[in-house]
Amino acid sequence: MRQLKINLPACDGGRTCDHECEAACATRVFKLDGRQGAALHVQELADGQSAAIICDQCGDCVTVCPADALKRNKQGVVMIDKQLCVGCYICIGFCEKGAFERHPGWLEPYKCTACGICVKACPHAALEIVDVPAPVPHII
Amino acid sequence: MTADATGSAIPPCTVDYTRRTEYHEDLDAIRAAHRVLQQVSYSPSLPVKGYNDRTLYVDLSALEIREKPVTRQMKDLFIGGRGFGLWHLWQAVTPATRWNDPENEIIISPGPVAGITQYPGSGKSLVVSISPQTDIPIDSNVGGYFGPLLKFSGFDALELQGKADQDVILFLDGQRGIIRVESAPLEPADSHVLGELLTRMYAEDDADRSNISVVCSGAAADHSLIGMLNFTWWDKRRGCVRFKQAGRGGIGTVFRDKRIRALVCRGPVIKADLNRPADFETLARTGIKLHQEIRTLDDSQCKMRRNGTAHIVEIMDAYDLLPTHNFQYGSHPDTPKIASYVWEARCSQMTSDGCWYGCSLGCAKGADGLVLRTGPYQGHMVTVDGPEYENAAGLGSNAGVFDPEWLLELNFYCDTYGICTITYGTLAAFVMECFQRGILNQERTGGLELAWGNAEADLELMHQMARGEGFGRIAGQGVKKMKELFIRNGWGDPKLIQDIGMECKGLEYSQYLSKESLAQQGGYALTNKGPQHDEAWVIFMDMVNKQLPTFEDKAEALYYYPLFRTWFGLMGFCKLPWNDIAPADNAKTSEPAKIPEHVQNYLDLFTATTGIPIDIETMLMQSARVYNFQRVFNLRMGKGLRANDIPPYRSVGPVTREEYESRTERYDKQMLEEIGVDPAGRSVDEKIAITRAFRMERYGKLCDAVYARRGWTPDGVPTMARLRELGLDVLPEVVAIVQAHGG
Repeated sequence: MRQLKINLPACDGGRTCDHECEAACATRVFKLDGRQGAALHVQELADGQSAAIICDQCGDCVTVCPADALKRNKQGVVMIDKQLCVGCYICIGFCEKGAFERHPGWLEPYKCTACGICVKACPHAALEIVDVPAPVPHII
Repeated sequence: MTADATGSAIPPCTVDYTRRTEYHEDLDAIRAAHRVLQQVSYSPSLPVKGYNDRTLYVDLSALEIREKPVTRQMKDLFIGGRGFGLWHLWQAVTPATRWNDPENEIIISPGPVAGITQYPGSGKSLVVSISPQTDIPIDSNVGGYFGPLLKFSGFDALELQGKADQDVILFLDGQRGIIRVESAPLEPADSHVLGELLTRMYAEDDADRSNISVVCSGAAADHSLIGMLNFTWWDKRRGCVRFKQAGRGGIGTVFRDKRIRALVCRGPVIKADLNRPADFETLARTGIKLHQEIRTLDDSQCKMRRNGTAHIVEIMDAYDLLPTHNFQYGSHPDTPKIASYVWEARCSQMTSDGCWYGCSLGCAKGADGLVLRTGPYQGHMVTVDGPEYENAAGLGSNAGVFDPEWLLELNFYCDTYGICTITYGTLAAFVMECFQRGILNQERTGGLELAWGNAEADLELMHQMARGEGFGRIAGQGVKKMKELFIRNGWGDPKLIQDIGMECKGLEYSQYLSKESLAQQGGYALTNKGPQHDEAWVIFMDMVNKQLPTFEDKAEALYYYPLFRTWFGLMGFCKLPWNDIAPADNAKTSEPAKIPEHVQNYLDLFTATTGIPIDIETMLMQSARVYNFQRVFNLRMGKGLRANDIPPYRSVGPVTREEYESRTERYDKQMLEEIGVDPAGRSVDEKIAITRAFRMERYGKLCDAVYARRGWTPDGVPTMARLRELGLDVLPEVVAIVQAHGG
């Protein structure tokens, strides 16, 4: 399955960049102003390390969605069908990575689709799209 | 991996949940036999801030269909849900009305918050009618999609009055704006067939099945007084209909007496904001917070997502509270065979089991791949809800049935035949104890050997009920009428029969052993509709956690909790997400039993929906209006007094020597320390009599304390002062009834 992966040692959490990855995601993918609307988030930690909130396409949200609105596409990426989504936000509450997003005023939530736009935008080449086996679904 | 009580691994369920017997091959022929008896068009609408401000009235005798306005007074006094149901019912009936009179109504109302998809447990509707078992109003809180779909089709309630002259289906198409009464001459009776068939019949394509909900009953509702209503929803992953039940009090019997085969609602495609709330962001934020709480804590708290409410089976057993052999005992060595881990392993876990969108607690577990061994569907493969606690206890331990597959079959047939599992469980347990004590025998039961644990005889009793035959037909009249019959026939000691028949006001007890908890004795018998735990489940606070030591403490609990829980039924909420999950820091709050953070969630949800700010006092006042109105309604129908709040002695203390001897240490200790009588040298019969006198006097004192706290007279009548406080004095008939009863 297609997955966005971050190399945290290479990512400096925005110390020397303008969070280009988040800005590209927010403005170009979701047409939202500012980087807060991005489907990934990086930040610098006090200890000099970096942290990221990134969807790894684990599929927990697919298991818990009551409307069957979340499914993997051919590349294994979890996609939301807005026609089926009922806006319950269980996907948001049950995402252990905190990677499911919602924007005030939008009824349907959104998430990373591993499109790769952020990969191209990152000045540190800390992001990449990889192909990994999809995890076996588990009881949640 | 699931583990049992000893830590041994239990293999998980590997049943294919998409497989089952299908029933739609005759669909075209059944549809072709329908005739349109009445049809009207209307303008579908969506609610504004939770209300459509109109209800739908259908008279099945005259085939009249019309809209009624929701007035400001209705909203102020009765809010919605159970409140609207009681108000409509009040206007429809007279003090002389009985359940099978045409003027009796069935009202279904979802409440203003019902239908939001963001907060777990927000899809409930309340069903109200005059009960065939109690002759007073019954209310039942039910899931499934019908209530929200009704509301999003444009109506805050559905009133059904009159009687059709043939079996009919009421179809409400909220997409096309059509309401139609159709004859239904060939429809099957039983819910698992009918629900499936009608969902497919009225959906315009496969995707449309999610927009359909069916209300139906089953064959046993035609021949008993304990009929219930199934409310369906389409389970997309399983590819079948699922059910939730408006179980208590025989509303399914009223439904069939009106010759209604089914109600079918086709609503709009569900989206996040169809309730058009005042403040959507607060709904979203509050819902996500609870989803996170459930994700993080459910596994270490109640495991509702794995087991549903059956998680407490072994807990009840451990505390000697699991009703066993008709509430004689509180535990049994075989309980591990029906404990939560058995159900966790038996139910499909890799799917979504909420009975309305957004319920991440998802307690409607499904036991798939059940192959039936008896009855008209013998050999069929079906899906049945993984039993709720009430069913595991009522159909299981209380009847001595400890085989999970038999228990599932009992549960399945109760559901599809349209009878209440709680009621059936308690009446079957009564029948079995009568059999044990010689009040019944095989001659009197028509050959049924209704011994403890005889699941096949238990099922045959149920099949007879569905066929309207034999002893099953007698049992289907419920415990109260069986007691009267057995006494009339001279089949046993009348006092014993009265003591062990677990009903109050005509309604069977639900499945908690209250005899060691005075507060729970009141929690059951001081209810408006009859002994159902949805008003006041205080047994743990009282008996286990010892949080209610004085009469005043118990009275306060029996003031607060019935009002707090009534509120769920005004709004369209489920009770379970209130306290079957708790915030991590709940124990540090001043009143952990109330789950203060969740109470605040509910206040926020009401305000975010309606735009009306409320606090806890306003919340309790909203409930108190409806609660006291219902008490006055009982008075109007000839009950509602202290004499109607007297429990059967089995729910208060030990009736028999065996019961006393099963807890000799407890009872002797009470005799010595609380009664002041030395039990030494006394016979068991003497000790039973002394205990009984003490406990019934104590129960009387509890009534005094509770009535006073509720603002009622010593005879249980709301006072005029209380009516004025609640604003109910604007209703002249209510005032007249209260004054006539010395209130």
